[in-house]
Amino acid sequence: MAKTGIALILALSVVVVPAGSALSEIKSGSEFLSPELRRQQADETRNPAFFWVEQGRELFSRRPAPDAQACIACHVDPQQKLRGAATRYPQVDAATGKLLNLEGRIEQCRVERQKQPAFGYESPELLSMTAYLASLSRGLPMQVKTDGAANPFFEAGRAFFERRQGQLNLSCQQCHDGLVGQKLRGDTISHGAGTGYPAYRLEWNDVGSLHRRLRACSLGVRATQFDYGSAEYLALELYLAGRAKGLPVETPGLRR
Amino acid sequence: MLSRLALAGAVLASGGASTASALEPYAIVGDAISAPLGRLIGNAARGAALVKDRERGNCLICHQGADPSEPFQGNIGPPLAGVGARLDAGQIRLRLVDASLVNPQTVMPPYFRTENLHDVALPFRGKPALSAQEIEDVVSYLATLQTP
Ligand code: HEC
Ligand code: HEC
Repeated sequence: MAKTGIALILALSVVVVPAGSALSEIKSGSEFLSPELRRQQADETRNPAFFWVEQGRELFSRRPAPDAQACIACHVDPQQKLRGAATRYPQVDAATGKLLNLEGRIEQCRVERQKQPAFGYESPELLSMTAYLASLSRGLPMQVKTDGAANPFFEAGRAFFERRQGQLNLSCQQCHDGLVGQKLRGDTISHGAGTGYPAYRLEWNDVGSLHRRLRACSLGVRATQFDYGSAEYLALELYLAGRAKGLPVETPGLRR
Repeated sequence: MLSRLALAGAVLASGGASTASALEPYAIVGDAISAPLGRLIGNAARGAALVKDRERGNCLICHQGADPSEPFQGNIGPPLAGVGARLDAGQIRLRLVDASLVNPQTVMPPYFRTENLHDVALPFRGKPALSAQEIEDVVSYLATLQTP
């Protein structure tokens, strides 16, 4: 009796294969915000995240110790020379073969070139520095490399994105592809582009990294929250960035 | 398909063989689980609270409930108003226990399943999202929602 019941259900079930939206259709998270929040994001005097950008600018030109060089000593004229840098992260570090996001590159410079202790993920200093450097690419299209050495990371990120996970058994794709534009409580689900991070979230009352946002989505489906800077989230970040190719960098974003 | 059959078979046999706390077994007839889980009796008032409770059912994250005054309701699943007229208690029970048995692609989470899940956060591992009693409470409540 039970077996036939299952067979019946299987026969009745309709297999709906999600249409997998084309990459060109991916929109930024800010397109799903209220017009008021969007205006606030664009307004340097009303988007609180610009405090972090300012602090980053300041840190960038300050010596971290009397005997150490400031970032600006190597990167003169950052407005010109580092404009566009953020559009190419995450990227594979040629020397180590490791995948580095912008945070990872900043920490590498800090430890190896400035000989200072790492700031640490989610520290105000690293958030400021990341927000500042990303803001130098505002408006420029994302253009990460997803082939060659980056490809295995990209594919690992894709697999993560597509896999159902957590006690609630949902994949990133089910929400950020299949349910885009629909309401999850008070939120309108976006494509999960990540091009505004680090961003100021009203819910946090603070600026946070993309990995902090990813941890929130993992928690939402009651899945393992991976560490800040973990291999899992780095690969996922590369996949999101590759998926968002062509979308302008918006950092510092403002989000609900 | 085959793996789903195997999974459903395991549930029927033991309610999730390899987990520490075995789930109450159930039998699927047609598209329903007609018998209450563990022969428990549901309480509709507790069910109503569970549906809203953001820590437990949190159903309104995806569904519009029967109370329009509740702020911020989702619109991913069908509205719950009238669900008791569209489906009988056994059909509702199956959809709560594991909606993927009806639609393998479903977005609706399985509320009474511990098998075949990936990367479940430690505090939730090996446990169903709702207990058998909670499922019965929610079934009792939804069955009362007769008017669309
Ligand atoms: C149950 C639905 C759901 C799932 C599953 C989910 N998210 Fe989200 N996610 C949201 C909601 C809601 C928001 C906030 C609104 C928005 O910007 O999309 C969000 C925001 C985001 C953002 C920020 C977008 C922005 O511009 O601010 C990113 C990036 C993101 N999610 C990535 C992911 C990834 C990667 C996964 C899988 C590990 C995932 N999400 C799983 C619902 C979900
Ligand atoms: C992440 C989204 C999500 C959550 C959370 C969710 N549901 Fe659903 N639910 C759906 C979707 C989508 C459907 C439509 C069925 C399908 O697509 O397979 C559905 C279908 C249903 C149905 C069948 C309705 C009908 O008219 O056929 C019932 C009953 C139901 N849900 C109750 C609940 C209850 C009770 C909870 C909480 C304990 C809940 N749902 C949580 C998304 C969700």
